[in-house]
Amino acid sequence: MSAYQGDFLKEVEARVEEGEWVKMCMQCGVCAGSCPFGPHWEHSPQKIFMMIRAGKREEVLTSDAMWMCTSCYNCVVRCPRKLPITQIMHGLATYAHRLGLAPKMQPTRRFSVTFWSNLTRTGRVNELKLVLQVYFRNGFAAGLKEFWNMRRVGLRLLAAKRMNPFELVFPHRCKDAKGIQRMLAKACEIENRKRGFSQ
Amino acid sequence: MRDIATSQTILVVGGGVSGMTAALEAAECGKQVLLVEKSPTLGGRTALLYRYFPKLCHPTCGLEINLRRLKGNRNVRVMTMAEVVRVEGRRGDYSVTLRVAPRFVNENCTACGACAEAVGAEIPNPWNYNLNRMKAAYLPHAMAYPQRYVLDASIAGTPDAEKARTACKYGAIDLEMKEQTLTVSAGAVVWATGWKPYDAAKIQPYGYGRYANVITSVEFERLADPHGPTGGRIVRPSDGKEAKNIAFIQCAGSRDENHLRHCSRICCMASLKHTQFVREAYGEAARSTIYYIDIRAIDRFEDFYRKVRADRTVKFVKSKPARIAEDRASGDVVLHGVDTEGYHRYAAQHDLAVLAIGMETAVPLPQDAEVFPAGCAADALDVNRSVQSSTAAALRAIQVVNRAARAES
Ligand SMILES: Cc1cc2nc3c(=O)[nH]c(=O)nc-3n(C[C@H](O)[C@H](O)[C@H](O)COP(=O)(O)OP(=O)(O)OC[C@H]3O[C@@H](n4cnc5c(N)ncnc54)[C@H](O)[C@@H]3O)c2cc1C
Ligand code: SF4
Ligand code: SF4
Repeated sequence: MSAYQGDFLKEVEARVEEGEWVKMCMQCGVCAGSCPFGPHWEHSPQKIFMMIRAGKREEVLTSDAMWMCTSCYNCVVRCPRKLPITQIMHGLATYAHRLGLAPKMQPTRRFSVTFWSNLTRTGRVNELKLVLQVYFRNGFAAGLKEFWNMRRVGLRLLAAKRMNPFELVFPHRCKDAKGIQRMLAKACEIENRKRGFSQ
Repeated sequence: MRDIATSQTILVVGGGVSGMTAALEAAECGKQVLLVEKSPTLGGRTALLYRYFPKLCHPTCGLEINLRRLKGNRNVRVMTMAEVVRVEGRRGDYSVTLRVAPRFVNENCTACGACAEAVGAEIPNPWNYNLNRMKAAYLPHAMAYPQRYVLDASIAGTPDAEKARTACKYGAIDLEMKEQTLTVSAGAVVWATGWKPYDAAKIQPYGYGRYANVITSVEFERLADPHGPTGGRIVRPSDGKEAKNIAFIQCAGSRDENHLRHCSRICCMASLKHTQFVREAYGEAARSTIYYIDIRAIDRFEDFYRKVRADRTVKFVKSKPARIAEDRASGDVVLHGVDTEGYHRYAAQHDLAVLAIGMETAVPLPQDAEVFPAGCAADALDVNRSVQSSTAAALRAIQVVNRAARAES
């Protein structure tokens, strides 16, 4: 990390997915004005890119801004410089998360972590488990309440055979779960090497 | 018709300010020049400006000087309504194909206008970027050269054509004229086919073509011009209401990977100039707002920029608007975006939005023959720089024909 001391832009270019694009931003403001979530962000993409150049490392990485991106790609299709803005937002979020700087309670971050561990275990998303994990994320009482609120939807899913309670005990797996895990581990290893992470 | 030009002739394609300049510079050095223009008049797009920066003079001045030089020079031969469709050959030996459209009006025309009065049919007026209609027998504009009417091909063979013929006291209407294809020789070719505005409808979020009160900067020039479709009143297309509160949107189609990659160089200065048209029309009641990424008023134009900056009727917002919406009830345009200086979100309502439209080359350079590009056929340039570029092209062409002459003797 010391290699980038005082140069957050260089750090982003080297370690964040699509980070080398940040310097191409000409601060026109089109992405900021195009984002449907615009008014709800702490910082728009335009502002984030300027903050990176201004070396505001803490403020960028601890911000919840990039977690607000819904991947609508409105900014990407309009950006006159064709920056892959959506990808950079996700790249920044991942980077902040890896450094442990991302806001712990940010809902998108929490969901992403849950989703990832759910998916990688069997090579398939176990939707029932995922839903329960999400419902009960804020404690047992809150989970029960949410469960109760959604009971009609749940029953209908059951009736339509779109949800199977046995999945909790005998989860669906892909044919070669171990193989998938090995592939993911290899991908992580390559990624770490490329971005200079020590696992 | 090979005799109208030889390997000693310099062919200049396009009769805008660039083509006229290249032709005159070469002719005044004693060279034989054939100046070929596709439309019925010389002048090109410069003639369609209301006034030009930086001095805000009327384009008449510049064009008139050139026309006087042209009339006084026997070395230039001008052909209008003649389009260059093909160029073949190499330095010193070109063969050029021209398609000459029928004007249906001969040299007897005195530009009295009797034919236009007699004709009933109307067609869109391209000299006003189709903002209004004109009679199908017309003089392109007040500065047209030659000062000779045109009968539009759409009325050929209709009773209107016959009416025009009988109305003309000078026997100038000749309905027997046909399209011709000619081949001429030339020793060098200057390519001055100019520019065209980028197609604004392609910039989808700005709503050009969907919202009546979103127009382009070239259309705005016509609105401000007393010879234009509104007689010089700056009013908006939807309801004819006076447009005092106007948004000028920079880089519309330029500096954009989705449209034109280049900076068109002119449009910043054009919008700065346009704010002064609004001020001229409405005085202190004028409200111009320029939405920009950065203002590119190069070298000596900086003074003009300073002057406009000091004008209290002009506001600058550093932001490229993300999109334009329409307020149905009032017909106003609403610009949505975020201001780069402070990152404030805005929804700004204006009477009219003017897109500072990008410039692109009108005709691609010929593939299989080397030509000397001049003016806006080479790059997005203002009149002054177009003239410089054309003088340079003329000099190169002169060198080529000189060499050809030496080789022959
Ligand atoms: C909104 C706006 C405002 C502007 N205002 C100013 C200003 O205030 N001051 C300034 O200095 N500049 C201004 N400009 C720039 C100015 O218009 C150009 O510099 C100028 O028109 C360039 O002249 P040109 O002769 O190169 O091209 P053009 O004017 O485009 O002329 C080209 C000619 O070639 C002819 N032609 C095309 N193809 C063929 C063919 N195949 N065969 C024969 N003929 C052909 C065309 O009919 C045309 O007459 C402005 C531009 C814009 C967009
Ligand atoms: S739209 Fe592109 S160039 Fe403009 S501010 Fe956003 S990222 Fe930068
Ligand atoms: S001259 Fe100005 S408006 Fe035109 S493309 Fe360049 S920066 Fe944009």
